[in-house]
Amino acid sequence: MSERNTERDGLPGPAPEDRRRPKGRRSSQGIRIDPEAEAEHPPRRTVISALVEHEPGVLARVSGLFSRRQFNIESLTVADTQNDDWARITVVVEEPDPGIDQVEKQLEKVVPVIHVRELETDAVTRELVVVKVDADRPHEVHAITEMYNGKTLDAGPRTITVELTGDEQKINDAIDAYRQFGIREIARTGQTALARGETKTAVVPDHLK
Amino acid sequence: MTDHGAVTEPGDADDATADEPAEDGEPTESTAQTGAESVIASLETAGVETVFGVQGGAIMPVYDALYDSELDHVTMAHEQAAAHAADAYGAVSGDPGICMATSGPGATNLVTGLADADMDSEPVVALTGQVPTDLVGNDAFQETDTVGVTTPITKSNYFASSPDTVGEDVSTAFALANHGRQGPTVVDLPKDVTTGETDVDPVEPAVPDTVDVQTHADDEGVAAAAQTIVDADEPVILAGGGVVKGDATEELYAFATEHEIPVVTTMPGIGAFPENHDLAMEMAGMHGTGYANMAVTLTDCLLAVGTRFDDRLTGGVDSFAPDAEVVHVDIDPAEISKNIEADHPLIGDAGTVLDQLDEAMPGSPETGEWVEQCREWQQEYRLDYAAPEDEPLKPQYVVEAVDEATADDTVVTTGVGQHQMWACQFWTYTEPRTWVSSHGLGAMGYGLPSAIGARVAADDDQSVVCFDGDGSFLMTCQELIVAVREQMDITVFVLNNEAIGMVRQWQDAFFEGRRMASEYPWVPKFDTFAEAFGADGFRIEGYDDAPDVIEEALATDGPAVVDVYIDPTEDVYPMVPSGGDNGQFALSEEHL
Repeated sequence: MSERNTERDGLPGPAPEDRRRPKGRRSSQGIRIDPEAEAEHPPRRTVISALVEHEPGVLARVSGLFSRRQFNIESLTVADTQNDDWARITVVVEEPDPGIDQVEKQLEKVVPVIHVRELETDAVTRELVVVKVDADRPHEVHAITEMYNGKTLDAGPRTITVELTGDEQKINDAIDAYRQFGIREIARTGQTALARGETKTAVVPDHLK
Repeated sequence: MTDHGAVTEPGDADDATADEPAEDGEPTESTAQTGAESVIASLETAGVETVFGVQGGAIMPVYDALYDSELDHVTMAHEQAAAHAADAYGAVSGDPGICMATSGPGATNLVTGLADADMDSEPVVALTGQVPTDLVGNDAFQETDTVGVTTPITKSNYFASSPDTVGEDVSTAFALANHGRQGPTVVDLPKDVTTGETDVDPVEPAVPDTVDVQTHADDEGVAAAAQTIVDADEPVILAGGGVVKGDATEELYAFATEHEIPVVTTMPGIGAFPENHDLAMEMAGMHGTGYANMAVTLTDCLLAVGTRFDDRLTGGVDSFAPDAEVVHVDIDPAEISKNIEADHPLIGDAGTVLDQLDEAMPGSPETGEWVEQCREWQQEYRLDYAAPEDEPLKPQYVVEAVDEATADDTVVTTGVGQHQMWACQFWTYTEPRTWVSSHGLGAMGYGLPSAIGARVAADDDQSVVCFDGDGSFLMTCQELIVAVREQMDITVFVLNNEAIGMVRQWQDAFFEGRRMASEYPWVPKFDTFAEAFGADGFRIEGYDDAPDVIEEALATDGPAVVDVYIDPTEDVYPMVPSGGDNGQFALSEEHL
């Protein structure tokens, strides 16, 4: 059996203030602060596209992942693709860079996920919005709709409902323009997107094709 | 363990004219089997030998199929314990542990154990009963959305939809639990799926096509990381649970000793490197050693292998290894730069990448002075305690005494609390898979059920001891009946300070000593409690009786519980307050 120390009380060693100290610090994101490089990343808005197996529960898994990891999600769209077995989930997130990287990696871990990538800023992105406004000034409403290449879906004595598609900025501008008439309701789909030109939005391994 | 005799082999698919179901377990010509039989056949195909579980209404068909199978079933007293036992089985054996529970309350009782396995990346497969498909969603009796409830705490989970595919669901769940970074999976089994018939034979476990785990790091990254390590003046290896789980302890040992680099471990990394080696700095973090915390704080190059940089390890990230270039080896890319930015991310299997690094090393770093510094810290900040004769028994002494009285390959399991930290600090771990604890979730009550799982997984000649606290033991102490029934050779040391001691310590340190609900002056006499269950009960009240009682309890063949009256004023130090700076660890309350 161990020999007992019957004398001393407490642990040995220099007190905190008497110890050798490191030179540097890290940021709250765990990034080593290098005077020559920016260590704190401000949030940025970006589009992440995930190709997934089209199976029950996949959307719940993906959305659950976002909520429990507190990722700041701006919009999320999902629907099937050219292949009945696959669906594409397009997520717009606003996060600092380490967070965007985590979103991609955590998404990649979800078992039915085939491929994940952050799209380039030149990606083709589109959103659909349906806006219902007061019909007091129908000609002016129509003029705005024309201006934004929109379409009137329903026009009655009290309300006019229009449809618009475009990138996020165009939709925001159009909604601003409609505000003068009194907006009753808005339904936006959130962005959906594909990489531009020959660039593949998702790379599918050969054994899954 | 129960054995119901005869084995039913899965049928031959060629004569699939199956019409007559088996009656009363009689073999039949038919190739048809029930979904439940398919579930069991899939487990057998996967090489499973033991299942931990609790019976119930919706899982009954699966239990009925177990009746004729070769699998051992360990009936637990509570489903939480079944999950903990399966988790510990996975930790000790490296193979997935299997637990079963019925629908509703059975499945929800598994949740703590699954969350625990998820945090600690333990391979566990849970099979849960579910109400028949046509009642699902109707709030039927004992219905819970098990897939929904367990999604955030599992690697993956499946709702079995047909007797034809249920076997494959189980095989896939098994394969996923065991693949890459291990973890828990669930298959939810509606009653009509397990009672329905199929002629589909079980398949070998295989992961889905979408899962692709990289085991070999890219050579360019390895070369750059190797150069960084060679150039370092004060390098440290931080070995996490991934080293143990990846069976990479030999590669780690070879790397550390060849290049003379001190090794710090995380709590799950205990056992990754022998703690009696000169280069062993032992555990870092909140209750890690002073020398480990000095080393991780001041290192200029941290080779982190298989760790997720949990906050109990890092303290505040702003002060964690702030001067270090970080080389991070992990099989899970999502762990890279999650909490601590990696300068050199190396994705792959721990052993493979350590070998790659070793080959790529253009030499060894010059660590003579640094190793000398580390040795000085080992002396300056050695773990110690005072044990005057006339004072109550110190828990640290008990841990050391049991360590000395047992073989090196003894498996230690613990509950969660002060006793767990003393078991970390004062036991010298020299072999992998001998330290089994609830690390990430910190689930009180883990100790006894994990000892049961460890007992099943360990070799017969290997001892299993459990250090528990009185508060932690009370949470799952009913499982003693399992150890008694199965005559399992387990010795439980309840380090009894009549309190949830860690909470009391924090209340004393941070809540002005307002000990709200943390003191347990009403705990039972655990020795007589044990005897009531049919186990052997012992009591240690002081230094005089400790050595003999420890020896006697360890010599007992079946389960033994030792009620150890320890000094209730003893606290755990060193300590880094939550979110604090590891280099500023407190050696006593005065430093807080």
